[in-house]
Amino acid sequence: MSGDARENAAGDWSPSASLAALRERARLLALIRDFFTGRGVLEVETPAMAHAGASDIHIASLATRNRDGQPFYLQTSPEFAMKRLLAAGSGPIYQVCRAFRDGEHGRLHNPEFTLLEWYRPGFDEHALMDELDALLVQLLGSADSNRRMTYRQAFIELGGIDPFEVSTRALHEHAGKRGLKLAQDHPGERDLLLDFLFSHIVQPALEGRVFVYDYPPSQAALARVRASQPPVAERFELFLDGVEIANGYHELTDAAEQRRRFNADNRAREQRGLEQMPVDERLISALAHGLPDCAGVAVGLDRLFMVAAGESSIEAVMAFPISRA
Amino acid sequence: MANYSTSEFKAGLKIMIDNDPCSIIENEFVKPGKGQAFNRVKFRNLKTGRVIERTFKSGDSVEAADVLEASLQYLYNDGEEWHFMDEASYEQYTANKDSVGDAASWLREQDTCTVTLWNALPILVVPPNFVTLTVSDTDPGLRGDTASGATKPAVVETGATIKVPLFVEEGELIKIDTRTGEYVSRVKQ
Repeated sequence: MSGDARENAAGDWSPSASLAALRERARLLALIRDFFTGRGVLEVETPAMAHAGASDIHIASLATRNRDGQPFYLQTSPEFAMKRLLAAGSGPIYQVCRAFRDGEHGRLHNPEFTLLEWYRPGFDEHALMDELDALLVQLLGSADSNRRMTYRQAFIELGGIDPFEVSTRALHEHAGKRGLKLAQDHPGERDLLLDFLFSHIVQPALEGRVFVYDYPPSQAALARVRASQPPVAERFELFLDGVEIANGYHELTDAAEQRRRFNADNRAREQRGLEQMPVDERLISALAHGLPDCAGVAVGLDRLFMVAAGESSIEAVMAFPISRA
Repeated sequence: MANYSTSEFKAGLKIMIDNDPCSIIENEFVKPGKGQAFNRVKFRNLKTGRVIERTFKSGDSVEAADVLEASLQYLYNDGEEWHFMDEASYEQYTANKDSVGDAASWLREQDTCTVTLWNALPILVVPPNFVTLTVSDTDPGLRGDTASGATKPAVVETGATIKVPLFVEEGELIKIDTRTGEYVSRVKQ
């Protein structure tokens, strides 16, 4: 450790959150457990390190190795393991756990963060939005009206363009005017442009509690795609005052389609020079065995607690963020 | 020229944006849970002084700007350009009107200025916070009137006009705050 680093480490021994914020965090965690116990949802725990990691090109896994050199991926979410429990007949389940994502660090990001994730057999994404809203009422103590809008509506209303109809060239121009500066054209650029416009223009304009649903199929992740006109992914996100809090799906249950998406991710990873990720064969087998029709959602608890506390950085509600870890 | 990756972005880093040297003021990591990561950057264009925001795709590289701040002694103005010297190396630098800008009002020979050099050329000249200049022209003073707060215009040796208290006389030395362009006090010779 250099002299400077030692000095910084010595000054950073204390938590970044106040003790009052940590007590409030504990109180909210207890309320979450009460909420699910009251609804007959089972608390489960799944491995933090596993043989397979996320294949999503925008999520980087951290890995550790055992003494034989075998890599274990720190889970970027407990999704795969929880789906295996569902396939095994667990019924409704929830988990509060740590998730890990390399390279994510900022006001709203920490490479290690706390997720609440739960799954509801028999629910679609709208029924799950209702339940998430009920949880928010319990936690935030207000029955503020929530607004639901499709991704397309939100984009048209707040971003001024139709994300399903506009040409990629027009998107490019729009993004450039709003300050996007690309070193060169990127593969899969349309989604990059949509992500830029959504996160920089649409999202900050989402006031209060807003659910956005029906995402473009190219952003389906692990949601089903509904063959409507145009087709949409049965995925939703929750925003509180413009901060992304939760991401949910009417879950994909088709093993062949799941394998196709894993392979497509790995092809996209190859194009971008990213690490290939091993396909989680146990998840594929579980889907082949039969995942019940269900909806699931992951909630970023650090951000939720941050908004509840009226803070603007998750460090205000975490004992030791990475800079003090 | 070196490049910086967005992961190296932090306040104070000097990078090239739209062909101009810029200094990062703020860098924010923005990333949708299921989507592209970005770095939203607020920066100052070092040539114009303007503060602008741009967003980069995380992982992209940006050209470094060869920018440094030097303490240089102001030597003289030849009618078109301003000449400076590094007192340690005796190396001389020539600044044009654009880079000297408003600092021209406060440059006195042999004063030390902070000069921003881009590729070894001056692009911005900042005079000392306080300079002492001779009053070259002002209406006759009213001796004894030190408290009324009334002011009058005075021209100093550099040609700049500032407001001074009524008691200030031609030929006197006065201290000026260059950040506000305001009179501070008289200086005993």
